[in-house]
Amino acid sequence: MLRKSTLAKKQHRAALLFLMPHFIGFFVFVILSIAATFVISFYDWNMINPAKFVGADNYVKLFTNDSIAVKTGINTLVYTFFTVIFIVAFSLLAALGLSKDIKGTVFFRTVYFLPAVASLVAVSLVWLFIYNTDHGLLNHVLRFIGIVHPPAWLSSSKWSLSAVIIMSVWGQIGFFMIIFIAGLKNIPRELYEAARIDGANSWQSFWRITLPLLSPTTFFVVIMCIINSFQVFEQAFIMTQGGPNFSTTTAVLYIYNTGFKFHKMGYASSIGWVLFLCIFVVTLIQMRLQKKWVHY
Amino acid sequence: MKKVKWNTALSKSYITILLTLGGIIMITPFIWMLLTSFKSLEETFSLDLKFLPEHFIVENYAKVWEVLPFGSFFLNSIIVSVCVVIGQLFLCSLAAYAFARLDFPGRDALFLLYLAALMIPSQVTLVPNYLIIKQLHLVDKLGGVILPQLFSVFGTFLLRQFFLTIPKELEEAAVIDGCGFFRTYLTIILPMAKPAMTTLGLFGFMFSWNNFLWPLIVLNSTSKYTVPLGLLSFQGQFTTNWPIMMAAACQAMIPIVLIFLFAQKYFVEGISMTGMGGR
Repeated sequence: MLRKSTLAKKQHRAALLFLMPHFIGFFVFVILSIAATFVISFYDWNMINPAKFVGADNYVKLFTNDSIAVKTGINTLVYTFFTVIFIVAFSLLAALGLSKDIKGTVFFRTVYFLPAVASLVAVSLVWLFIYNTDHGLLNHVLRFIGIVHPPAWLSSSKWSLSAVIIMSVWGQIGFFMIIFIAGLKNIPRELYEAARIDGANSWQSFWRITLPLLSPTTFFVVIMCIINSFQVFEQAFIMTQGGPNFSTTTAVLYIYNTGFKFHKMGYASSIGWVLFLCIFVVTLIQMRLQKKWVHY
Repeated sequence: MKKVKWNTALSKSYITILLTLGGIIMITPFIWMLLTSFKSLEETFSLDLKFLPEHFIVENYAKVWEVLPFGSFFLNSIIVSVCVVIGQLFLCSLAAYAFARLDFPGRDALFLLYLAALMIPSQVTLVPNYLIIKQLHLVDKLGGVILPQLFSVFGTFLLRQFFLTIPKELEEAAVIDGCGFFRTYLTIILPMAKPAMTTLGLFGFMFSWNNFLWPLIVLNSTSKYTVPLGLLSFQGQFTTNWPIMMAAACQAMIPIVLIFLFAQKYFVEGISMTGMGGR
């Protein structure tokens, strides 16, 4: 009996020592910060003057009296919608292609994954140049194939969001392709062989075997893609600074500008919380929907 | 049989062609970046598409280091990333060992809290983290960039999952021989966890190297900038010297691309295992 409690005490003491370094930082920079964001969001504070308590005013303003917030919300939703669809589609196709025995699998995998490894800043700068209306590669190519007046991409409030979407899809296909490849590997080959013996063609085995058995992976990819897309920042900041005319201002960019450009810390905190709640709700919805289409 | 073989060969070449087309789209921006870095300023502004540069102006690459303190950018990034990796490996492995091997009240609840924190987007804590850094007088200092990154939840999660897979018999043998917890951690667990630690190290390095938003908030002086921030400084106020900026971007990418090429296996396995990218 005595031995047990000494061992238990030893473990408790050891646990304290092992955990303490990490936990202190975790507590301060994660737990405390989240609580602080919550508190600050009820104040009006620009860091120079003392903070003024304004209750729920920030949230009210955000939902009723902020046209930029409305644009930001729409931009973020549109961006997320198209980015997720295209990324899931293309990365799945690429993964399917790489799962057949063809020559150069490693080479293709490297090439497709490279955009995900490269610094998002470097990549955004290259695309900034590619999208240049007069001198950019894209418009050169478009003019070459006969489109006389290609869009002004990043300078056009109509096309800028599409430009950001295209570039983001390009950059993330490789990453999710790797996840799909892992998921495809887990599908037992015997199922395909059995299907072939029963006379199924590739289209049927795709619909009846691959897709259902891949659904946990697909679910995971979709959720991660959505969460990532809600947090897009670098591309919008570097390529367009959110313009023209707020057509590419996304949620995080709006938080950044509000807090660190205009120094409205309270308002920025409230936007941060709303963003978090949106992500949380969307994730919850996805988990509920999971029961309908994910097979385990 | 012959028909099946022919069909398979045909579909395989069909797939290869499609993948190659996709691959060309994937790699074109990089090739364009490389080619532009060797061009002259006039060539980039020409109205006709000039794919290849007239002369390969290698001086652009040297100019990068003259126009802005690129050397400082590199040094700052290296300092930050190395410190983050070492710190993360140390702190996260200690915490992971506690979660995986030690029994204490509230352990599972605490771990659940850690997992819940993974869901929180980092942007929510931007403002308070900045205020904390400010209180610690770490604004515009590399330490301010490094500090919050040390306490990675992803790292603790990854290592804890891995530690759980290490067979307990080894540690039990060590305990019988009189090893305390710390010695067990040091001499048994850590060496066996090399693959997971390597993966965490690589991901941590990559994420820290490419990190943009947090250094953007913390750092003000150009001399303190990390490489991503420094790259942005090549943007002129009215026009940008594209060749020089592309030369800078190419050089900025070299460390990460090299690491990726040599350690590709770890990246792929790490992503396949956890599905996350190292946050």
